Amino acid sequence: MKSILIIGATSAIAEHCARLWATEGAKLFLVGRNAERLAMIADDLRVRGQAHGVQAATFVMDATDTASHQAMLDAALAHLGKLDAALIAHGTLPDQKACEASVDMTLAEIAGNGLSVIALAARLANVFERQGSGCLAAIGSVAGDRGRQSNYTYGAAKALVDRFFEGLRNRLAPKDVSVLLIKPGFVDTPMTAAFDKGGPLWATPDRVAREIVAAMASGKQVLYTPWFWRWILLIIRHIPERIFVRLKL
Amino acid sequence: MRSWGNLAFAAAREVVRLPSRSACLPAGRPLLAWGNGRSYGDVCVNGGGTTIHTRSLDRFMAFDAASGRLRVESGVLLSEILDLVTPQGWFLPVTPGTRFVTVGGAIANDVHGKNHHREGTFGRHVVGFELLRSEGERLYCSATENPEFFAATIGGLGLTGLITWAEIDLRRVSSLSIIQRQERFHGLRQFFDLNHQAELDSEHTVAWIDCLAAQPRGIMISGNHAENEDSSPRPARALNIPLTLPFSVVNRATLSAFNNAYFHRPLAQGPGPYGPFLYPLDGILHWNRLHGRAGFFQYQCVLPGGEAPLAEFLQTIAASGEGSFLAVLKTFGDVASPGMLSFPMPGSDLAFDFPNRGATTLRLFDRLDAIVAAAGGRLYAAKDARMPAALFRSGYPGLERFTQFVDPAFSSSFWRRVMEQQ
Repeated sequence: MKSILIIGATSAIAEHCARLWATEGAKLFLVGRNAERLAMIADDLRVRGQAHGVQAATFVMDATDTASHQAMLDAALAHLGKLDAALIAHGTLPDQKACEASVDMTLAEIAGNGLSVIALAARLANVFERQGSGCLAAIGSVAGDRGRQSNYTYGAAKALVDRFFEGLRNRLAPKDVSVLLIKPGFVDTPMTAAFDKGGPLWATPDRVAREIVAAMASGKQVLYTPWFWRWILLIIRHIPERIFVRLKL
Repeated sequence: MRSWGNLAFAAAREVVRLPSRSACLPAGRPLLAWGNGRSYGDVCVNGGGTTIHTRSLDRFMAFDAASGRLRVESGVLLSEILDLVTPQGWFLPVTPGTRFVTVGGAIANDVHGKNHHREGTFGRHVVGFELLRSEGERLYCSATENPEFFAATIGGLGLTGLITWAEIDLRRVSSLSIIQRQERFHGLRQFFDLNHQAELDSEHTVAWIDCLAAQPRGIMISGNHAENEDSSPRPARALNIPLTLPFSVVNRATLSAFNNAYFHRPLAQGPGPYGPFLYPLDGILHWNRLHGRAGFFQYQCVLPGGEAPLAEFLQTIAASGEGSFLAVLKTFGDVASPGMLSFPMPGSDLAFDFPNRGATTLRLFDRLDAIVAAAGGRLYAAKDARMPAALFRSGYPGLERFTQFVDPAFSSSFWRRVMEQQ
């Protein structure tokens, strides 16, 4: 039975990952801000994994409150025993225009999408290093691959996580710990509720979750999901800066 | 705005997804829930109003694997329930011809299946549900608590409020395979004889009819869950119709060729997985697109009175030359539904798809309506896109009582159409 910690467990992508793990009979520790929604999700997972003896515990925490991270981690380890995998999935999609009008908002978004993830990953990396096994994964974004005028605050926070994970991967490779950064493209979730969902680029959280669960099991290092974003971003990253600055992206 | 029939309707002004079952209803008015869009006409359409997508309410709440009692949110699909419970020896007590409907939709349309003569409608197996009213009140409804709202909401077309979750009783099955039997019939006398025997012997009965034949003919299909045979259903890959064709492939020539071939094909007998038996059309995703951009109507009615009205009805369709591959005949039993506006009643249940050819199709429906009305029958709102208000009123004697329980903030394009016409 796998023991898995999910931070930001009420996010649609994380919830769909948890559903897949539940049907494998995993032992789950779900962390999120909203106690009521966590309880609903835990009930759902228990029913889905009932035939496989799934266990799901919940813990209420605001991920930006870094002072509470250690207590959460202690509770998770007490419940799970060992840690086979951790998925950091919390985040918010800021309004770039609003960030431009408010430095405080810009910094808050960097703290929520970047610093809090790094704070959690730093602690988790030490746990995995001591164990000498496991998989540390976080949901980044294709937006972290290049700064674009439409969402560079979000992109900068995700890029921060990207580089930090690169370093962790380098450090933990000899310890048999895999470090995965997930870069989803457009996913039809409550986070993107305001967007028009037409077109072939939009994916369902269920599809993205299936790819994440498979990538975490296989020890992959970077996952673009769905797969075609790897090629789209390959092109976008290679557009020369003097051309890129003129693009309305 | 298009529902399963691909007919064009006025779009909703706003589409909202509830983040959880404990959330409040959106502010926009009028409101209507949209589940998985398998209703054929405008019963799930709220032109100019606010549509509440309920697929986001897709969580399981509790399942007692000993008693088979299941509590789920209203946006859970029947297919998701089957995936969860069939490995544990449980099955849906009643299921419509597609498993891609939500639990809320199954209650709101009080769906029926091929086992109506034994088990009645879906609503009979509902223990209770939570109804969220526009004033913010959450009513738990069951046969004993708020029984009037319970009866109004089962088959209530989503008009009494939003069903947030429901509790249903599943049935035990010893096998997931169904042993089926098929027999050809010529003429209605033979159909009724075969059907009578099939209803005595089998849980599931249904007949396919050749709607173009001058003398009614078809295939009687019946089946029972196998007692012990443990054949796990083969996961079949579904075909997909990737886009809506510019025109309908259903016309007199293709239909006649298909019907001849289908009638004379080797009959399937013996055990097989439940999927192709109970859900033949689910194997072809978006089969509705075969009817082309103009879409199609399904005409589903129940005709009491035995052979005579049924013969007249089938003659009228055969003479028109319209109709489709999908032509289904079944007789309903007398197991009463708890719902005030439930469709099934004792009689012959007929369902036909008709490509939308505009005025000629609608003229045929007028002739069929007259036969239904004369027989004291009714049309199925879940499939309807055009029935006249008078036929709705005459077919549903519970309508007057039902209107007292309609939530003032809820409505649908269907409801406004049939209530404003008079």
